[in-house]
Amino acid sequence: MPTGELFLDGLTKVFRGRREEVVAVDRLSLTVEKGELVTLLGPSGCGKTTTLRLVGGFEDPTSGDVYLGGQRITHLPPQRRDTATVFQSYGLFPHMSVYENVAFGLKVRRLPRGEIKKRVKEALELVGLSGLEHRPPGQLSGGQQQRVALCRALVTEPRVLLFDEPLSNLDAKLRVETREQIRRIQKDLGITSLYVTHDQAEAMSISDRVAVMNAGRLQQLGTPYEIYAHPANQFVADFIGRANFLPAQVVGADEAGLSIRLAGKEMVVPDPGGFQPGDPVVAVVRPEAVDLVPPGSGDVDGVIVFPHYTGSRATYRLRLTTGDLLEVEVLSPQEKGFLGEGDRVGVSFHRKSIHLLPPDA
Amino acid sequence: MRSLRKLSHDPALAITVAVIFALLGLFIVYPLVRVFVTSLFYRGEFNPKYFIQFLHRTYLFRPLLNSLTVGALVAGIGTTIGFLFAYAVTRTDIPGKPLFRVIATFPVISPPFLLALAAILLLGNHGLITEYFKLRWDIYGLPGLVLTETLAYFPLAFMALEGVLASIDPALEESALDLGASKVRTFFRVTLPLAIPGIASALLLVFIRSLEDFGNPIVIQGKFQVLTVQAFLAITGMYNLPLGATLAIVLLVPTLVAFLLQRYWVGRRSFVTVTGRPSGAALRRTSPLGKTLLLGALGLISGVILLFYGLVVYGSFTRLWGVDNSFTLENYRYVFSTGAEYLLDTLKIAGVAAPIGGVLAVVIAYLVVRKKFPGRGAMDFLSMLSFAVPGTLVGLGYVLAFNQPPFRLTGTAAIIALVFIFRRMPVGIRDAVAMLQQIDPAIDEAATDLGGGLWRTFRRIALPLIAPAFISGMTYIFVRCVTAISAVIFVVSAQWQLITVALLHEVDNADLSQAAAYGVVIILVVLIAILLLDQVLGKLLLRRYGAHR
Repeated sequence: MPTGELFLDGLTKVFRGRREEVVAVDRLSLTVEKGELVTLLGPSGCGKTTTLRLVGGFEDPTSGDVYLGGQRITHLPPQRRDTATVFQSYGLFPHMSVYENVAFGLKVRRLPRGEIKKRVKEALELVGLSGLEHRPPGQLSGGQQQRVALCRALVTEPRVLLFDEPLSNLDAKLRVETREQIRRIQKDLGITSLYVTHDQAEAMSISDRVAVMNAGRLQQLGTPYEIYAHPANQFVADFIGRANFLPAQVVGADEAGLSIRLAGKEMVVPDPGGFQPGDPVVAVVRPEAVDLVPPGSGDVDGVIVFPHYTGSRATYRLRLTTGDLLEVEVLSPQEKGFLGEGDRVGVSFHRKSIHLLPPDA
Repeated sequence: MRSLRKLSHDPALAITVAVIFALLGLFIVYPLVRVFVTSLFYRGEFNPKYFIQFLHRTYLFRPLLNSLTVGALVAGIGTTIGFLFAYAVTRTDIPGKPLFRVIATFPVISPPFLLALAAILLLGNHGLITEYFKLRWDIYGLPGLVLTETLAYFPLAFMALEGVLASIDPALEESALDLGASKVRTFFRVTLPLAIPGIASALLLVFIRSLEDFGNPIVIQGKFQVLTVQAFLAITGMYNLPLGATLAIVLLVPTLVAFLLQRYWVGRRSFVTVTGRPSGAALRRTSPLGKTLLLGALGLISGVILLFYGLVVYGSFTRLWGVDNSFTLENYRYVFSTGAEYLLDTLKIAGVAAPIGGVLAVVIAYLVVRKKFPGRGAMDFLSMLSFAVPGTLVGLGYVLAFNQPPFRLTGTAAIIALVFIFRRMPVGIRDAVAMLQQIDPAIDEAATDLGGGLWRTFRRIALPLIAPAFISGMTYIFVRCVTAISAVIFVVSAQWQLITVALLHEVDNADLSQAAAYGVVIILVVLIAILLLDQVLGKLLLRRYGAHR
């Protein structure tokens, strides 16, 4: 049953090449609620852009359907779908002025001249481009071009706004500013949005919910907090932030949580559910959820094999006495003193931050 | 299934696709089918007797052998000359490069058979050289054909190879030199291998053009019979439709094979990648010896071309070539009085065919590159097929297909215009496809996404951006209307004549001076048309659409 403003129902897209078939999107189902911003996040080639193009109508699904506001739109061409896309390359019309670019969608809808003028003016103000109406897009900076593209999509007041890696052509600093602006406008106007990116920081900061994709499949759908704190599998844990995967075993359970044996030491960690005493598990340990202590005073000892200093933090790769490798991140290393290769340290795990996963088959 | 259903939600696209398929079917496929069918029936019964007898009858087999011989020689020599010009222009610093480029492209815009006419003026029975040196040779036949077709078609090889050589990154050659290879070694181990796909492609293109050439052989073939002329004579001289059709089909086989090889095999093997970033033009200092040799070769060939066209101009001011070479303007008076009708008919037909063909070409290119619909590959193939189908076959096909109801067109101007439109459209399509592929698809998708339907997106977004391809496609059709002969010679009529046909009549009448005058007028018309279309229309379109570029 179609639910939500935008509903993808078992979308599958198979590209048939000369010699091989590529399953770009594999039985993807997803709901975006009204006014919500959902990000499709994944490595290149995971099918996120294809999914967006299926929603926009630029590709036809091999099977599955797209619903917008409860209506099936799978077979409608792009011009008859109430969606608007902000393209990665912007796709600005080079032979038209900024004004004409933004007015294009309104002219297509045969709005009265006065109305078009008014709405274009408002939209340009909203994105901070007033005064540039008569410039050709080729004379604008990258950030300005990006905002024209956003403005052009916004002005038609679509039911769903589609973003295809809209910030990938901007430099790092501008990227952060622009993503904040996009999020503010999206929230103010309450526009339902589907946003594609491969940048996890961007996804975490801008989204109501994040859909992590890999190899065409949805891996996990949840709030930024959920996918970081409780990743559904090792792929998600590894892709969102950094993660150490340490073998462990469940030894007992009570109200306080699960008792596990990790690196030869028993400890109580939060219970994600579904595990019995005796089960082998994988403990997801974030590099920042570890304290370095004097040797012998922590849960386990290790030797630093690769120290790495980046200013605000120091990253150490340790060889534990159990033989496992562990990556540890220390903030403000200036306070604690920088450690060198071969130094012996103790390791203390933050119990509450440890997340358990079943070992991969 | 799903794509069909989607098409039903986009009626504009569905209708456009249907109309274009109907046009391609009627004006490209149907005439070919008619020729096939005609070749298989004799006196109303199924009897492909000319195919069956083909290998046993010299009068059937000989023309094929002759055509292939000329084709192979012209392709080989023409591509070599084309490569020399292209290499000199792109990879050396010899003087006079702009001049060489102009001379090497000029034969493309002139009627090819003018070169045959010039060859006769110079080397024919009453030719200048023949008479002066009291020679007793015979230019008619194989030598004359190879000479004139080589000069007429090497420019195709030149243009193709200039593009290929220009896009080979000079850094590759510089790397080879840097690693210690000599210039000669670099040429043979780096430059040449990288250009091989381009060379193969040029060979095949020139081969096709030589095989389907009609204008030069009808003027200069003498007793050396080639397929195009024999097919034409079988029909207009002997009224033997099955024989003419059979010869035309036989001609199609090698041209189609060459076309498919060029398109699907050589095309895939190209090492040249278009990056869109201007490659630093590296002009290597050429050794004095190399420079002298290249200059000598290029100068000789350019000299011959200039001499040939100069002779046509000179001949046009003589009373009767070879008999009375005194000065007169009589030939031009004739062209603009009796011949004015031919000229006007030609211009009228060209004026209609060029814009229609130009629009059709950009629409087809747009659909093929940007739209998804069932049969897209078929549309692409069908619309480009005319590249491979010899004009003789097309002309014959039109006569057979459109001389009776329900499609009765023979004797009209429409049939001539249609021949030009569908035969010359591929060049416009190819140019438009190339331009579209350079344009970010997101621009188009954005327009559709914002609600723009097929035609609005095409008119407001795509067409302005590919206007230069539209103009070049139109120019090409116009030029061919004024210079081509092989297909239209079948469909001209008493009511509608073409200036090229008038020229051939004068050659037939042995009035070479009068023929030369027609030739000069043709060239002038072509030059004026190119200038007008490019300068005036091009500027207008650019001002309208390109102001912001």
